[in-house]
Amino acid sequence: MEFLQHYWWILISLLGGLLVFLLFVQGGQTLLYTIAKTEDERNVLVNSLGRKWEFTFTTLVVFGGAFFASFPLFYSTSFGGAYLAWMVVLFCFVIQAVSYEYRRKAGNLLGERTYNVFLIINGVIGTICIGAVVGSFFTGNPFQLGEMNDVNWMSPWRGIEVLFNFANICLGLAIFFLARTLASLYFMNNIKHNAIYERSKKQVLYNSVPFVILLLVFLGIILTSKGYAIMEDKSIQLVQYKYFYNLLEMPLNTLILLIGVVGVLFGIIKSIIKPHWRKGIWFSGTGIVLAVIALFIVAGFNNTAFYPSYTDLNSSLTIYNASSSYYTLKTMAYVSLVSPLVIAYIFYAWRALNKKQIDIQDVQDDHHAY
Amino acid sequence: MLLDLTTTTLVEWSRWQFAMTAIYHYMFVPLTLGLALMLAIMETMWVKTGDKSWLNATKFWMKLFGINFAIGVATGLILEFQFGTNWSNYSWFVGDIFGAPLAIEGIIAFFLESTFVAVMFFGWNKVSKRFHLVSTWMVFVGANISALWILVANAWMQNPVGMEFNPITARNEMDNFWAILFSPTAISKFTHTVTSAYTLSACFVVGVSSWFILKKRNLEFARKSIMLASVFGLISIILTIYTGDSSAQDVTKTQPMKFAAMEGLNEGGRGAAFTVIGLPVNDPSLPTDKMKKMEYAIHVPKMLSFLGYHDFNAYIPGIQNILDGYTSQSGVTYPSLEQRMANGRTAIDALKTYKQAVKEENQILADSTLQVFKANYSDFGYGYLNSPYDAIPHVPLVFYSFRIMVGLGMLFVLLFAVSLWYAKKRKFEKFKLIPYLALFCVPMAYIASQCGWIVAEVGRQPWVVQDLMPTNVAVTKIASNWVITTFWMFAILFTILLIAELKIMFHQIKKGPETDN
Repeated sequence: MEFLQHYWWILISLLGGLLVFLLFVQGGQTLLYTIAKTEDERNVLVNSLGRKWEFTFTTLVVFGGAFFASFPLFYSTSFGGAYLAWMVVLFCFVIQAVSYEYRRKAGNLLGERTYNVFLIINGVIGTICIGAVVGSFFTGNPFQLGEMNDVNWMSPWRGIEVLFNFANICLGLAIFFLARTLASLYFMNNIKHNAIYERSKKQVLYNSVPFVILLLVFLGIILTSKGYAIMEDKSIQLVQYKYFYNLLEMPLNTLILLIGVVGVLFGIIKSIIKPHWRKGIWFSGTGIVLAVIALFIVAGFNNTAFYPSYTDLNSSLTIYNASSSYYTLKTMAYVSLVSPLVIAYIFYAWRALNKKQIDIQDVQDDHHAY
Repeated sequence: MLLDLTTTTLVEWSRWQFAMTAIYHYMFVPLTLGLALMLAIMETMWVKTGDKSWLNATKFWMKLFGINFAIGVATGLILEFQFGTNWSNYSWFVGDIFGAPLAIEGIIAFFLESTFVAVMFFGWNKVSKRFHLVSTWMVFVGANISALWILVANAWMQNPVGMEFNPITARNEMDNFWAILFSPTAISKFTHTVTSAYTLSACFVVGVSSWFILKKRNLEFARKSIMLASVFGLISIILTIYTGDSSAQDVTKTQPMKFAAMEGLNEGGRGAAFTVIGLPVNDPSLPTDKMKKMEYAIHVPKMLSFLGYHDFNAYIPGIQNILDGYTSQSGVTYPSLEQRMANGRTAIDALKTYKQAVKEENQILADSTLQVFKANYSDFGYGYLNSPYDAIPHVPLVFYSFRIMVGLGMLFVLLFAVSLWYAKKRKFEKFKLIPYLALFCVPMAYIASQCGWIVAEVGRQPWVVQDLMPTNVAVTKIASNWVITTFWMFAILFTILLIAELKIMFHQIKKGPETDN
């Protein structure tokens, strides 16, 4: 049973890592009026992102579905408890989903500019809120579970209170700047346009600096503060430097974290200093997936509560008390074996579509252009 | 979870929010399911014959597909997460079972759909003809597999099988995946829903093409589309009727109260008559306003028994019989609802005592209360009802919705038969009534589709999970003002987006296909 609980937490971590990487779509949406200076340039940015937006969206949906299937107590506690925070996130993604398709279609009711604003709202609020909610995996939430595992959320703000915590805000903003950094790297890779390339390169620098600073502040706070540990008697207690100890006690995971961080920084730095280099997104993207996986492992492994409650420690969720039954985890594990096939066809289809960089002419010629 | 009954306002607004998002979502899903198949067929015709008019037709319908697809995705997101946000007690109570199909839907279907939809939209000049065709077929497969899993989950709520309640964790746990996947309810729900979605799509294609006929433009394109969609529609509606029959038989056995409400049947019996149409009205002589007297009813003798069991003399219980207790056609005796409520309360109390006994390590008490709990668990949800009448759904809504759905289904049979006949004879445009009928059937198909869901979902009230969990226990405990706020937030947003979608759709239709041969 423990093996399956760990296995599923790793899969959730992988989905989380992929989701954070794919948030480059959201980051790109916030740069529509920064990197693009003309309508044609903006259209090429939108269409470059438009070939990927649905993949981010699907990953978010699958992340939710997989969490529901493997750790349903998290699903019921967090979504039901932090109601408003999640509703804001969902609202941001709903307005995104139609914006690509509708923005330049005749009769779209609201006008192109409104749909562009929808994309920006999704990019700003979506990334910050998701980051802040993930921050609360370390800083805790105000809830208590009843006798039948029913959630009593102890704050009238129903999830908005995650934004009242400095560390959560740091992570939220870090994700926001990360998404913009990755988006700039993606534009450099995907779009054939010199001016866009140069402006994107500048944005890599402008956004990666605050990203690194904010991430370091967040890591500094959680590694030096108390963490939520599962004790031998299964009770949850606050332990000083718990997350730091997790790094020490799981050296392989720490190595993955370091490789991830190096990958992210390598992609960023080389993109800034080496002229005409376009492959930064692959290094930084892979790096961020590894780093996020490692952070999720720090949050959930080594006897740590991954969704802690600061109002009632023993209501905290762990991968042991929040998981599905053995039978369900086992059945789902068999289903997860199709993942390599899924990854293979996604890779194959994307490669077929991305053989050639996109340019303004492509967008003008494409009958399905956004 | 199962302890505090929340206020009616919260439950009602949470239900409204779910109903509103489900209704909006299902305005877009059926067209995606069926049009994807027709796109794949049209593109196959192009690849096979090299006839460019099939390519133009494919591209035209694909544009409409894209507009519809985007908003379907948007509304679907809310629906998925709403299980957690608004029905958190439900999410825990059944998450071990319900989450799995949802995750499988994501892993297997959503990625398939979203990956290949990008190739389908943007790959025309980038990938080979064959790869593009395969991608279009994959979009169809992805969309329909996605429908399968969410309908398996829905069917489980209507007829919970393949699980056992774990009193320690206070939830139902899956113990037979195949029983859930292949339950008769799941099979009939999936087949009936997708075939009705194909019917709707065929109505859409025939209707839109008829507009071109009436406008006397793009005639060859319109004729081709009508021919294809009429054949497709006729097959689909016949299958819809057939699967609807299986679905009715399943409901008779698993949800007799829903079946009785569909008929407005108070007193059942052997050889029960089917009410073709009638007027459900209040009658002071009935014990509750939730039961209705059927005025001006037109009956077909013994037909209801036949619909339920394919036996003209089968026993069908009415609402009063279910309230009083009855013996079903298969010989199972069900006690009165008063008794079932008492059983449910016994189960709830036994569960509480059991948990306390486990905490106090009183094994003897734990064992004995567990036996009591297990013996009464099938009536668990009844323990949360305040009155037996709470178990009666809204009869007029279910009664009328069922008749509208069935009546329109019959109209679609006529539409496809006539349109196919006249299209084949190339006389479609000569009888103006036919294209007008086809245009009329487009909104009617959507109404029929929504009515089907009203029958299924309103008809099963008060249950979220049949007999085990009523709606008022499933809801998230939250100030109702927050739910009212989010209800209006999404209601306004979806309404604006729907208007935008329709306007864009009309513009695209007016533009017509790229080239008319």
